Amino acid sequence: MAEMTKITNEKLVEVNHISVTFGERKHKFVAVDDVSFDIYKGETFGLVGESGSGKTTIGRSIIRIHPVSQGEIKFHGQIISGNIDKELDRELTGKIQMIFQDPMASLNERAKVDYIVSEGLYSREHKMTEAERKEKVAKALQDVGLLPEFASRFPHEFSGGQRQRIGIARALIMEPEFIIADEPISALDVSIRAQVLNLLSDLQKKKGLTYLFIAHDLSVMRFIADRIAVIHKGKIVELAQTEKLFANPLHPYTKALLSAIPQPDPIAEKKKKLLIYDPSVHDYDKDLPSWMEIEPEHYIYANKREAEEYRKELKKKQDQKGV
Amino acid sequence: MSAEPILTVNNLNVKFNLRGKVLHAIRDISLTVYEGESLAIVGESGSGKSVFTKTFMGLLDANGYIESGDIIYKGTNLAKIKKEKEFIKIRGKEIAMVLQDPMTSLNPLKTIGSQIAEAIKMHQGLKGDALKAATIEILKDVGITEPERRYKQYPHEFSGGMRQRVVIAIAVACRPKILICDEPTTALDVTIQAQILKLLKDLKKKFDLTTIYITHDLGVVANVADRIAVMYAGDIVEIGKSEEIFYDPKHPYTWALLSSLPQLGIKGEDLYSIKGTPPNLFQPIKGDAFAPRNPLALKIDFIKRPPYFSVSGTHKARTWLLDERAPRVEPPEHIKMLKAQGGSYNG
Repeated sequence: MAEMTKITNEKLVEVNHISVTFGERKHKFVAVDDVSFDIYKGETFGLVGESGSGKTTIGRSIIRIHPVSQGEIKFHGQIISGNIDKELDRELTGKIQMIFQDPMASLNERAKVDYIVSEGLYSREHKMTEAERKEKVAKALQDVGLLPEFASRFPHEFSGGQRQRIGIARALIMEPEFIIADEPISALDVSIRAQVLNLLSDLQKKKGLTYLFIAHDLSVMRFIADRIAVIHKGKIVELAQTEKLFANPLHPYTKALLSAIPQPDPIAEKKKKLLIYDPSVHDYDKDLPSWMEIEPEHYIYANKREAEEYRKELKKKQDQKGV
Repeated sequence: MSAEPILTVNNLNVKFNLRGKVLHAIRDISLTVYEGESLAIVGESGSGKSVFTKTFMGLLDANGYIESGDIIYKGTNLAKIKKEKEFIKIRGKEIAMVLQDPMTSLNPLKTIGSQIAEAIKMHQGLKGDALKAATIEILKDVGITEPERRYKQYPHEFSGGMRQRVVIAIAVACRPKILICDEPTTALDVTIQAQILKLLKDLKKKFDLTTIYITHDLGVVANVADRIAVMYAGDIVEIGKSEEIFYDPKHPYTWALLSSLPQLGIKGEDLYSIKGTPPNLFQPIKGDAFAPRNPLALKIDFIKRPPYFSVSGTHKARTWLLDERAPRVEPPEHIKMLKAQGGSYNG
């Protein structure tokens, strides 16, 4: 549990009962439905779900791309959702940064690395000298393991892994506290994935960054996240510390996701039973579900009857361990 | 698994002309694919795994060509076919392909039904009601519910996983002998990915297919592959039964690929990552292509290309480490862990 020490009890981001909807009236679509969670300073908070589950939308509403239709988001205890004054907005632009999935699509093909990395600095209030800016670019490139000379090149001259590093450098140059990484390694080769994951955790240690890590792949999550929230169709169904979630998954959707992780073990794989999540197992007609703490630091979306079953399941597991 | 070879590749060399330079994409590969087996070809982008299988169907880009070597399928040498016309007899009917991205491999302007029917009509010559019935049958086979209603829908009305099922339906509709799946699940969610792999396994049984999977993710193939070929820089560096590759790998590159899987990572520690970049295939490669990135490389690795060393009747690897004169090198920790997992299996 040594690595737990890096996490403080200070809440950096608080997401309180937010909903995000797209369209109006007849075409209304609820992408995020009454979601709450906190992200502590220094941790890596993982958000796992399938495409269309709303995981990216949550990330985007924290960085203020999508307005929330209900609820509020706080950063350092200060409300940042809805209308905020210009000064705060400007401050947040630097403090919260994002890393995108596809390094082929997220870099401007016609700009040099120098401009791509420092574009964010141009909008800063106090203008810096050209020399200062160049120095910052060089520093950011070095931080992500690239050579400062690369600043004069174009994105197409780089491999996928290097491009993702450029994307990370672009975020770092703003000196953020909080980085939203939206599927940062899904588009990369397995061997490059490892490099980028290592880089991200390295930067976290050095700069005390906090991450919201969005992905659909639980095997990557287990490696990088301190806590994981599982999201399904706009609702978070389970949230726990990573090891706890892997040891005692309770929600049937979490179980299905876990069963789908491919293992590098042919014998186990051939025996594996795939669980498929069927939302109709929930009987929410009379007994309404709510967001509850089923054991310390382990939250789940369930109704009373389900909660009882989950508790039994937990107890059974603990008894087995005791024997 | 029967031991009849269905496709035999001998000393294949493929090159590309690029901006006046020549890129040597496939460097003297020999491989036998057996009837009814499921073979996985694993490698990083640029290793040549897609180019290699494209030669089976005559789908190389215009600037690519087979310099030498044979691809023998049912007595025909596919490497020597020059006319498109002859390949049309092979494509789809004998060897079919499922591509990575189901978003781009379907025609957005045509209904799902008509796209599948087109393939059946061409290869089985069915018409009218019989054609429609056959199409609906195949939709059922790939696990699409309400096929009658779905028949009339367009690709945009389908989710990613469903679209991939349709692409698979088109591929198997022609009753091919060999099905090549090029990264069939990379663009899909984890749960869908597992379902598609299961579907491919079921179809393989039902239609007696020989399947070739192409992927960069070793984690995915443990479930589906009987045999695994690991490719690096246009060459197969190790090949063996799935259990042999996972529990007893011999090539340092296979070790590196396996070690970098996040499934094996330990939290708080760095994940194993391969240093450096793959070699430039515009230049001739001396010795073992992986040597410059291999911390365990021997002197000879930089001088002479290693031959294949047999590990068992089914398992061989191209690395000097297996030479009897080589020093004994312990595989990395992660590989030992995998070995322990396969405890009951003795390679």
